[in-house]
Amino acid sequence: MALDKSEVAKIAHLARLHISETEADEVTNRITDILALIDQMQSVDTDGVDPLAHPLDVVQRLRPDVVTETDERERLQTLAPASQDGLYLVPQVIE
Amino acid sequence: MIEKTVAELSAALASGEFSSVELTQAYLDHIERHNATLNAYITVCAESALAQARAADAARAAGANNPLLGIPIAHKDIFCTEGVLTTCGSKMLHNFVSPYNATVIEKFNAAGAVMLGKTNMDEFAMGSSNETSYYGPVRNPWDLERVPGGSSGGSAAAVAADLCAMATGTDTGGSIRQPAAFSGITGLKPSYGRVSRWGMIAFASSLDQAGTLSKSAEDSALMLNVMAGLDMKDSTSADKPVDDYAATLNDSLQGLRIGIPRQHFAEGLSPEVEKAVRAALGEYEKLGATLKEIDLPNNHLSVSAYYVVAPAEASANLSRFDGVRYGYRCADPVNLEDMYKRSRSEGFGDEVKRRIMIGTYALSAGFYDAYYRKAQRIRRLIKDDFSRAFQEVDVVIGPTSPHTAFKLGAKTDPVAMYLEDIYTIAVNLAGLPGISIPVGTAAGLPVGMQLVGPDFAEAKLLNIAHQFQCHTDWHRQKPGALGKEA
Repeated sequence: MALDKSEVAKIAHLARLHISETEADEVTNRITDILALIDQMQSVDTDGVDPLAHPLDVVQRLRPDVVTETDERERLQTLAPASQDGLYLVPQVIE
Repeated sequence: MIEKTVAELSAALASGEFSSVELTQAYLDHIERHNATLNAYITVCAESALAQARAADAARAAGANNPLLGIPIAHKDIFCTEGVLTTCGSKMLHNFVSPYNATVIEKFNAAGAVMLGKTNMDEFAMGSSNETSYYGPVRNPWDLERVPGGSSGGSAAAVAADLCAMATGTDTGGSIRQPAAFSGITGLKPSYGRVSRWGMIAFASSLDQAGTLSKSAEDSALMLNVMAGLDMKDSTSADKPVDDYAATLNDSLQGLRIGIPRQHFAEGLSPEVEKAVRAALGEYEKLGATLKEIDLPNNHLSVSAYYVVAPAEASANLSRFDGVRYGYRCADPVNLEDMYKRSRSEGFGDEVKRRIMIGTYALSAGFYDAYYRKAQRIRRLIKDDFSRAFQEVDVVIGPTSPHTAFKLGAKTDPVAMYLEDIYTIAVNLAGLPGISIPVGTAAGLPVGMQLVGPDFAEAKLLNIAHQFQCHTDWHRQKPGALGKEA
C-alpha cells in the first residue's frame, strides 16, 4: 500500500518524530517499499488460524505482593538531563 | 594464548600455565593494536578488567575453579552494565551510564568472567551489517572492506580477531547467527525464554533472546551453562530445568535424523555456500546421521510477518526514549512536544526511525487486524511448519545466510537488507533455538551453517555442532586481514 507524504507526516506525529521537508520524499518512498514487502502476507489465507502472540504458551507468573524495590530516586535522577527537588524538569506545559 | 578456546584457556589457567591478569593484559594489548581498525568495541574497560582478573587469580589461589573463572569476555553494548557506558549503538544513549547490571552480566560476574568492554552493534540491534551504529561500522577481520554481519557485529568481529575469548550477543531475527556466519565463528541463539532479558535493552520483546558468540560449540555450552535459567525479574523467562550443556557434547550422532528444508536451498542461495553446507551434511552422514528433505512451506512469509511484529513491538519499546529521564535531550526545546520530537529525531538514526514509523502505522487505528493480527496468524503457521518437521527429524539444517559477507555500503536499500535474514527470521518467530557454525570458505570468506532444534533442545544442538567440530577444523580457521595490515 502506497502512502503519501501527509500520511507519513501523521504517522511521524503519532510516533513523536519530526520529519523535515527535505527528508519527506525519501522517508515516504522507503516506507512504501517496506509496506510492499509486508503486503506479501496477504497472499496467504489465514482465516481460522489462531494468532500466535508469543512463542511460549505460558501464563504470567504471580509473586507474593511484597515490597522488593528500594527507593533509588536520587541515584537514578543523576541520569536525568534536568531535575530539581526530586522532580524531572521539562519545558513549561501550563502558562 | 589469545587464540585459544575458552575450554583451553580454562585448563591453562587451572594448571597455572598463565594467570588471568597475564591473559587479560594480552587481550587488552591486542585490542589496543587492532580496535582502531575493526571498531569492534565502543568501550574498553582496561582498569576494571585487570581488577576483575586479579580477583579471579586470588579466588583461584583460594581454591575456586569454575570453568569461566578469569576468562575475558566482551559484552554487546545492549546489556546494561553498572557504572559503564551502555549505548545500544545509539546517539540516544551516548551518555547513558547504566545504574544497574543486566541479569546476564550479573551471572558472568558471579562466574568470575573478566569484562574487557562493550561491543559495537547496529543501533538498537536494528540491522544486519553493523552499519547503522552511531559509533560507525565494524569491519570484518577476514576482509576489512566487508561487513561482519549484524546486529551483534562487534561481538562477532571481536571473537573472530581474538579481541576477546568469548562474547555475548542478542538475536531478534538473526543478529547472533548471521554475524557468526559472516565472521567464521560459532553463534548460538537459545530458545525464547531460556536466558533472562532483564537489563537487555528491549527491541522486540516477543523475539529478543540473548546468546553466545564463541570459538567453538563447546565454549558456547560453557557460556550457556552460566547464562541460562529462570529469572523472576523477567516474566517471560522460562521456568524449565536447565541442562548441563557440556555434559552431552560427546554423545554419539548414530541414528540422528537431519531435516533439510527445500525452501532453504532454493533460488537466491549462492552455489559456493550451498556446496560448503552440502559437504558438511556429508560429514554428518559419516557420523551416522540420516538426511531427509523436508518442507517449511510458509518460510517465504517470515520476513514480511517479522517486519510487522518486530517494528510494532519496537515502536512501543522505544517510546520510553523521550528526553525526560535519561539519554539524549535536544538543545533549547520551545515546548514539551518540540522536546519529544526533536530529542527523538536527533537521537535516533534513520533505520530506527523507519521501524518506529512502520510499527506505529501497523498498530494505528483501523490497521491492527490487517497487519499485526495477520502477522501473528502467519507466526502460528511458521511455528506449525517446524512442529510438523520435528515429528520426523531431530534437527533442521541449512545455510545461515544466502551468501558470505558483503561489502560495506553494498546494501543501501532497507528491503534488500531485510531479506538478508531469510533463513534465520522464522526461527525467532517460532521461538526455537538455533546455532550457526563455520563449515567452509568461499573466495576466502567464511560460510555458516544453521542448525535449528525443537524448543529447549540446546543441549542436543550443541552436541550436534560439537561433534562436527571434533571431526573438522573449519572453526579453527583464522581471519588474515589484520595480519596483512600489520
